[in-house]
Amino acid sequence: MNGKLRNRLIATPYTIWMIGFIVIPLIFVVYYAFTNDSNAFTVENVISFFNPIHLKSFIQAFKLALISTIICIILAYPIALIFRNSKTKKSSFVVYVFILPMWMNGLLRIYAWLTLIEKRGVINLILTSLGLPSINIVNTEIAIILGMVYDFLPFMILPLYNSLMKIKDETLNGARDLGANELQVFTKVIFPLSIPGMVSGITMVFIPALTTVAISYMLGGGLFLLIGNVIEQEFLTTANWHLGSGLSFVLIIFIFIVMGITNNFTDKDEEVNII
Amino acid sequence: MENKLIDLVNISKTFDHDLVLDDLSLSIKENSFVTLLGPSGCGKTTTLRIIGGFLTPDKGQVFFDGKDITNLPPEKRQLNTVFQKYALFPHMNVAENIAFGLKIKKKSKDYIDEKIKYALKLVNLEGYEKRDIDALSGGQQQRIAIARAIVNEPKLLLLDEPLGALDLKLRQEMQYELIRLKNELGITFIYVTHDQEEALTMSDTIVVMNKGYIQQMGTPEQIYNEPENAFVATFIGDSNIVDGKMIEDYVVEISGKKFRCIDAGFGTNKAVDIVIRPEDVEIVQPNSEKAVLHGRMTHVIFKGEMYEMLCVTDDGKEWLVHSTSLHEPGKEVGIYVEPQNIQIMNKPTSEDEAAIDPIIDEAED
Repeated sequence: MNGKLRNRLIATPYTIWMIGFIVIPLIFVVYYAFTNDSNAFTVENVISFFNPIHLKSFIQAFKLALISTIICIILAYPIALIFRNSKTKKSSFVVYVFILPMWMNGLLRIYAWLTLIEKRGVINLILTSLGLPSINIVNTEIAIILGMVYDFLPFMILPLYNSLMKIKDETLNGARDLGANELQVFTKVIFPLSIPGMVSGITMVFIPALTTVAISYMLGGGLFLLIGNVIEQEFLTTANWHLGSGLSFVLIIFIFIVMGITNNFTDKDEEVNII
Repeated sequence: MENKLIDLVNISKTFDHDLVLDDLSLSIKENSFVTLLGPSGCGKTTTLRIIGGFLTPDKGQVFFDGKDITNLPPEKRQLNTVFQKYALFPHMNVAENIAFGLKIKKKSKDYIDEKIKYALKLVNLEGYEKRDIDALSGGQQQRIAIARAIVNEPKLLLLDEPLGALDLKLRQEMQYELIRLKNELGITFIYVTHDQEEALTMSDTIVVMNKGYIQQMGTPEQIYNEPENAFVATFIGDSNIVDGKMIEDYVVEISGKKFRCIDAGFGTNKAVDIVIRPEDVEIVQPNSEKAVLHGRMTHVIFKGEMYEMLCVTDDGKEWLVHSTSLHEPGKEVGIYVEPQNIQIMNKPTSEDEAAIDPIIDEAED
């Protein structure tokens, strides 16, 4: 058996998987997107993405995902930097503590948040027992952002930590030696070298946040229809697969564009670090 | 030019309860090429890092040009370092790497461009401005690291085993390059290596270190020809270290036979260590007048430029012999050593003194 044939045989299950669960469904999405109930060709479903109601859902999802991503960067960067500098065996353990929640079911994690922030939740219970006024977080944009940040923060920490760990101490010493103070070492060496990791993190936080269904549904109390929720409704509630596919199609194109842009910033030899 | 550029005064440094440097003092003259030489863990890199500002000594002071810089951070010191590896900025091209220090000092673009050109010419990499660091070989990267350091016109260049990662041929080439650079720039080099050949080739002063102490400081010739203790003798090149007895001035007894030597002042009938380089052991006819010791050749290895041979004398001692003429194993031979090739050293007074005592010039004069 020659090597080529062997490789092809080994690849077969994956090829079947990809065709069956990625390519064919995508073809269906495209087919439904460009047809109507009578199976005639139409661009109406795709264009209706720009219908003000849908556009508003998209813009809101975009806004919340963007805010969450920025907060994730702000939270993750110092953590990743501290772990990099500590350089002990413990630090990799602490990194795993941070990503530990990822091993739990996502819906459960959101439920956990709900018990914390709901009107008679843990937080308000503590506040009122201290004689403070209770706060209204649940069913607000803040709740959704909170959920997104909590859910996706590990995906920002890990690639950032990886890219910072790749920076050798000698490189930083070299910068100091050439006259850079600690701030300049950060802005001229550490930060630029961490961009690939940060871009990986952005891709892995922003895109899931943009398309989330569960977080906005549960923590937003159904008051906020993000683009993911709209698509879900088209498929499950109004059973308009054509419209749902049309919206999905535009969203997929948009995600491709985002990934195309971010790929320019990643190292050529660095793949997105998914664990 | 005899100014002291660097003055280390009573430096001590401990890592995790390990005393790496113990009360080390060292003066380095302006415009010299000084090599810190020693096995790993001898404290040479620690010394360099203390001079560079990456480590602060627990005790002692560092003077640069007469000023105390002990607590000055590296970016404020008028010196630059060439690191062993990894120290180039991978996200910048060659020109940006070289310009790094100058940009921080806010030099004009014309000045920077001119400096880049000058530095690349100096390290024989003209036209490499736009290359990626990844696209360079190890030797080229090291040249860029040197160029990046020297454009800042430091008074002192620290080199931390810069050739350690290169293969033998390239290393030898770079040694000559460094000597040339040193002469063209007219600045002081402090070079750290564990490679004795590198040290002998390039430096005008060698500081041999072991276990945090300076064992000997001197010119390459002094270090090689007149090692002050057994550590220096064995670390620098091959050597025969034999027990002997100083009968009187200029006469020493080895294996019960008297040799003439050129050392005096050790007293009479005093036990001493004697260093004889393998190339200084002369193999003569056993019945000739010159033959002082007698023995038999046991091993021979052809090394290219010479034969490395082993000779066992009648009292059972092994002698390492380097010679261009072959003496077959089994041959009965006589051994003779010229007086000036016999290097007498005081025996260490305690077991570990040989390793840790900073032997001072008392033995010499």
